[in-house]
Amino acid sequence: MIEQELGRCVAAFYPGATGVAGAAKLSGGASQETWSFDIVHPDGNVGAILRRAPPGYGASPGRAAGLDAEATLMQLAFDAGLPSPRVMHMLQPEDHLGTGFIMQRIEGETIARKILRDEQFAKARPMLARQLGKVIAGIHGLPTSKLPKLRQMTSTKEIADLEREYRSFDWPRPVFELALRWLRDHDPGPSSEVTLVHGDFRHGNLIIGPDGVRAVLDWELAHFGDPMEDLGWICVNSWRFGEIDKPVGGFGTREDLFAGYEAAGRRADPARVMFWEVMGTLRWGVMCCGMMQRFRSGPDHSMERAMIGRRSSETEIDLLRLLAPRA
Amino acid sequence: MQDEPTPSELIKAVADFLRNEIAPVIKGHNAFKLRVGINALDLVTRQLALESGGDAAEAARLKQLLGADGSLKELNRALSDKIAKGEVDLRTPGLSEHLWQTTMDKLAVDQPNYASYKRELGKS
Repeated sequence: MIEQELGRCVAAFYPGATGVAGAAKLSGGASQETWSFDIVHPDGNVGAILRRAPPGYGASPGRAAGLDAEATLMQLAFDAGLPSPRVMHMLQPEDHLGTGFIMQRIEGETIARKILRDEQFAKARPMLARQLGKVIAGIHGLPTSKLPKLRQMTSTKEIADLEREYRSFDWPRPVFELALRWLRDHDPGPSSEVTLVHGDFRHGNLIIGPDGVRAVLDWELAHFGDPMEDLGWICVNSWRFGEIDKPVGGFGTREDLFAGYEAAGRRADPARVMFWEVMGTLRWGVMCCGMMQRFRSGPDHSMERAMIGRRSSETEIDLLRLLAPRA
Repeated sequence: MQDEPTPSELIKAVADFLRNEIAPVIKGHNAFKLRVGINALDLVTRQLALESGGDAAEAARLKQLLGADGSLKELNRALSDKIAKGEVDLRTPGLSEHLWQTTMDKLAVDQPNYASYKRELGKS
């Protein structure tokens, strides 16, 4: 069992730890897993999270930054005072746990519907957009010299990637064609400033408490690129969970997001952000189609994946609302 | 000729049983999966009821727009090519209306509770 290996590992890096308890798998496909567990200690147990590729799964697929880079970014964010878990340990070969890292577990909520509806977050909701703007600015301002090696993206490259993936499905979608055409016609070109981009800054990857944002998670899609991409992605309608008149995650306004971003000494470019919102909407649509492909070809032949495939039409209506709005 | 009950009636009976009798007594991750499963059965029921009417109207609009004939997939492929090449765009008479109607018909099957769909339904 994983608790034995984790226990030995923890005893080696955490002074006084006597083992672990309550190990539970939170999520994971074949190549990457997240586990929650408690480090057992005489002074009181400590909540921890293991993120790993199990033994036998080394390289990370396509766009992924890799677990080493994720750990480095998370620690840099923590050191910069951004809401981020502290990285406690990088897995070593002698840990026999595969590759990855162990980090502090931060209590709070990641499920959008609870964050948007539960009473305990009522005070946090109106301030979240501004807070997140400030956090995104902090991420974009992390010291370049310390950042790990990451892929570099431009809007032009992203359009080409999306188009290639969409064409590989060999299933005609006139609305996606319209969006691709719009993106090519409105491509703003390379950003004058290239920064670290989180790449997946949205509900699910943010731990929220009654006091506001507590942690940014999942740096798997981190890359260098146009900083406005992160601001556009969090405005994509798919992350509003029904609260469609509050563009930022279903809880706030673009104005608040930008104000928070600019209060931290950076400039928001609303036109570029809107471009990335269209791109992000199409991106999620293409990802839904990809889920359907993986469902059909296996190995994950699950109903969840199949049903996500039928959500690509949600992005089609959102693309039409953006590109061909009706009176 | 196959006998009754129809596929729609059978699926609806199964979905109602799972929803009313089983879902209340299932906990944890399986409760989530069960909900996804019931949603899938409901989707199939909607598709069985709505697909043929929606497809026929879509094909008629596509033939009109393209001045060509073919299967629904061939027609959609032809329209996709024309949009990609810029031969057809939102200024083309009928294109916007066609894309809107087709998308609304898809949402009516896939996700009739999607907020954007409900908002747009009030406009048409």
